[in-house]
Amino acid sequence: MKQVLIYATLLVLGAGFLFMALTLPFGAPPFSDMDDYFIAHGQEQTGGNNIVTDIVFDFRGFDTLGEACVLFTAVMGVAVLFRHRRKEEDYEYE
Amino acid sequence: MSMSKIVRTAADILFVFVFVFGFYIILHGHLTPGGGFQGGAVIATGFILLLVAYRIEDVTHLFTKKSFQNSEILGLSLFLGTALVAIGAGGTFFMNYLAGAGGLFGQAVPFGVNAGFLNTAGTIPIMNIAVGLEVLGGLSIIIVYMTSGLTMLQEAE
Amino acid sequence: MIPIMDNFPFITVAILIILGLYTILVRKDLIKIIMGLSIIEAGVNLFLITIGYRWESVAPIFTNAPSLQMVMPTVQALTLTNIVIGVATQALLLSLVMTVWRYYRTADVRDVNRLEG
Repeated sequence: MKQVLIYATLLVLGAGFLFMALTLPFGAPPFSDMDDYFIAHGQEQTGGNNIVTDIVFDFRGFDTLGEACVLFTAVMGVAVLFRHRRKEEDYEYE
Repeated sequence: MSMSKIVRTAADILFVFVFVFGFYIILHGHLTPGGGFQGGAVIATGFILLLVAYRIEDVTHLFTKKSFQNSEILGLSLFLGTALVAIGAGGTFFMNYLAGAGGLFGQAVPFGVNAGFLNTAGTIPIMNIAVGLEVLGGLSIIIVYMTSGLTMLQEAE
Repeated sequence: MIPIMDNFPFITVAILIILGLYTILVRKDLIKIIMGLSIIEAGVNLFLITIGYRWESVAPIFTNAPSLQMVMPTVQALTLTNIVIGVATQALLLSLVMTVWRYYRTADVRDVNRLEG
């Protein structure tokens, strides 16, 4: 019963993804006003030649701030899981 | 657990080149493809090459866990500090107050194809260096903790 | 050539996501489930970059650029963030698998079923 449910879900999702893959226009994105503005005004407002770095650090700097915090939280999580256990600390499960 | 003499010598020589190449990618992030995240990952790969060639105790004698933690904290503090100073100097949070002002990184760039000058782009090189320091400290400290945790698992058996 | 083969990157994205979902739902080893999540993240990154492509365009960098027609740069910034978040997620997941192995001595998903209060 569970195997039939898994394969039915995969079949329905596969049909949906293939319909998406065959009907999306490749090479001609329909809405590109924001990116045309970034390419035309990125050099005079920011001063950098690399438009992707301008977007990551100047036009959309808040996303980079959030991502730096996610990396910091992951490092803290790994450091908590691998602490050395001393003899008087007692979190051994009975 | 350390590798043979050929591998150790090759890792010693290659580590210097990987470090310089990664720092070049971080510093020229506003002119060529790259930036803080990519350069930080390249330098972390150099540290992991040293970790594979030598034993874990020898590597943590030279590059201690404290030094990686300090590098990561310094990177995130420099990033937040640069964003907060812009409140006093420019007006809003995260504003690029050095672009085109003629100061530290402040040469103006006209629209069009040019050869790329290092003195441009305002606060973006400072933020590139800050994020590069944070990513190299973060990725290296993850691998060092996982490897020392693995030896802790093997001792408990 | 054939008009339907112009969409070949999108068909690759669909195959990658379906393979990743199959691995998560069917396999019974914890490490293989984490590998399935990694395959799904690779498919999503490829989809993000493929959306922003224009015909006969170059990379959006003005240093010694060969032409002034460029691809869309915003989706490339989103992909950079997504790659770093994927690395952080997989590091935490693998550390959790190591902790489970330390207590249960097995990495099979059917045996990890004791809930302590």
